[in-house]
Amino acid sequence: MNEPILSIRDLTVEIPTRHGILSPVKGVSYDIGRGEILGVVGESGAGKSMAGNAVIGLLSPPAHIAEGEIWVGGTRVDHLAGEQMRRLRGKEIGMVFQDPLTSLNPLLRIGDQLTETMLAHLDISRSEAEARAVAALEEVGIPGAAERVGSYPHEFSGGMRQRVVIALALCAEPSLIIADEPTTALDVSVQAQIISLLKKLCRERGTAVMLITHDMGVIAEAADRVAVMYAGQLAELGSVREVLTRPRHPYTDGLMGSTPLASRGKDRLHQIPGAMPRLDALPPGCAFHPRCPHAQDRCAENPGPRIEDGAGGVACWFPMTREAVA
Amino acid sequence: MTLVAVRNLTRIFDVSKPWLNRVVERRKKAFLTAVSDVSFDVAERSVYALVGESGSGKSTIGKMLVGLLPPSEGAVKIRGTDLARETDAAKVDAVRRDIQMIFQDPFASLNPRWRVRDIIVEPVASRGGETEGMAERLLEQVGLSARDAGKFPHEFSGGQRQRICIARALASEPKLIVCDEPTSALDVSVQAQVLNLMSDLKDEFGLTYLFISHDLTVVQHMADRIGVLYLGRLVEEAGPDALFDDPKHPYTQMLLSAAPQLDNFGRDVPPPTGEIPDPINPPTGCAFHPRCSIAQPVCSRERPEMRDLRGARVACHLAE
Repeated sequence: MNEPILSIRDLTVEIPTRHGILSPVKGVSYDIGRGEILGVVGESGAGKSMAGNAVIGLLSPPAHIAEGEIWVGGTRVDHLAGEQMRRLRGKEIGMVFQDPLTSLNPLLRIGDQLTETMLAHLDISRSEAEARAVAALEEVGIPGAAERVGSYPHEFSGGMRQRVVIALALCAEPSLIIADEPTTALDVSVQAQIISLLKKLCRERGTAVMLITHDMGVIAEAADRVAVMYAGQLAELGSVREVLTRPRHPYTDGLMGSTPLASRGKDRLHQIPGAMPRLDALPPGCAFHPRCPHAQDRCAENPGPRIEDGAGGVACWFPMTREAVA
Repeated sequence: MTLVAVRNLTRIFDVSKPWLNRVVERRKKAFLTAVSDVSFDVAERSVYALVGESGSGKSTIGKMLVGLLPPSEGAVKIRGTDLARETDAAKVDAVRRDIQMIFQDPFASLNPRWRVRDIIVEPVASRGGETEGMAERLLEQVGLSARDAGKFPHEFSGGQRQRICIARALASEPKLIVCDEPTSALDVSVQAQVLNLMSDLKDEFGLTYLFISHDLTVVQHMADRIGVLYLGRLVEEAGPDALFDDPKHPYTQMLLSAAPQLDNFGRDVPPPTGEIPDPINPPTGCAFHPRCSIAQPVCSRERPEMRDLRGARVACHLAE
């Protein structure tokens, strides 16, 4: 892989509470290269959004980065002060959230929101910014962009709004986009449009994308590599094809088995017994071992090996070596 | 045996502004047709799934089936009884007892101030039935512990709450359960647990499900018969194999190709174009014609009738 745009090393996020310190993200390392889409997948509470928020400096106190390093385009960003981080946000890192309505200002015309963003981050004149706003809307596929710049967010449908948010995230030409469940609130056909748009922009501009989602199908279609998270830790990291067809971590394997698939017909779905542990009641050793079909004594005693290389690996003492299943 | 017969079901909502605004702004009354002329049968002990995107009318049909909404036109007959028009109260009551519903959001559908025991037995207790030990028995049947009966809903996770909802739905020993997106709010591994539980209970109690979902893979896994809805109209109905292997309606084909698939790495197909039209001013003729790749002039003029085609029913002029 070329020089990574985003590099996270041993990131730990902590939340001090009355009942002790919780770690929603614990020792996570991964890289995202230029023009690459990294899918971050996991169930609710796995810490996938928390890791994204840490990168963009949006952790809400008392949550804070306790350990580790975050590098964006060769600059270390995890210890930046408020003002420096604000400059970086939007300029180097764009963000797309799940609900497009809450990430747009309902009182501003979308053209104004785009020009504001560009004027704040780029050294250009207002008229140039306005021209670029139309171009940005055209690029994300909004019909009649020249007229629609004067519209308010409520005048758009959900899918169109998400396109506006993507245009907004891209308008300052960031090198990294963090997309947190960008298609979860959308219908299937609109979801396909948004995914294809993200892929196209990523390919054409060389933007790195961190695609946070719970949907394995979206990951399979959109991502180049995938990071599977469980209880705040990275369970498995690798190329999508490898991880999805030959999962090595038992959790990834269970997750794949739980997903209804056309080829499996109406057989019973594979169940992972139990539920993900709460952060204040993490089991000792490997966090997955109470639910793991292959757990041995060592798993209960020692935390699983950490994935330290940002390129790939599996955090399991006894990784599976099964042949391709798909 | 047909348990539910839905005939020409139509539901129109009045979405007009208040009359004063209409007078001042010179607007006409506005009507939204959420469900338009839908007919299908649900066989006893089967799973009938309704799929569609938002605004397709699937939840509205579910609500009309359980009697939460009266139909504007057409009828829902459950074992021959039309709930909206039957005048014999005893007959209506007997049928009502046989229908239960499970909702999408298990956080909104359980009363936070009631204990789980009271929540579960309510459908029986409200009719004055005997409820001794019932909650405990049902809790164990849905995979929770009898001790949970004394707890409150907030002590449970999403998946566990949905199990409580299922236990409540089972309490009155219904024949038909309308499940409106029962697993959409759940994580994949929890969804698998709940879907397996629902399949087991169906076999054990001889239940019939009307399964409403937007998730094609879940529907394919659960359903015996699938109805695809678009803008309030049934466009295709078939068994899962026929529907997924040989979709006949262009909308079904579009929906299937748009759905993300686990074995399609880095797939690059042109995504569908356009969006669902405004249901207040739906397109003339076939509602799908503005987005359809094979549309002909006839499609914008005449609304296609449902017709039989290779083991499926399809509402398209051109499907072959």
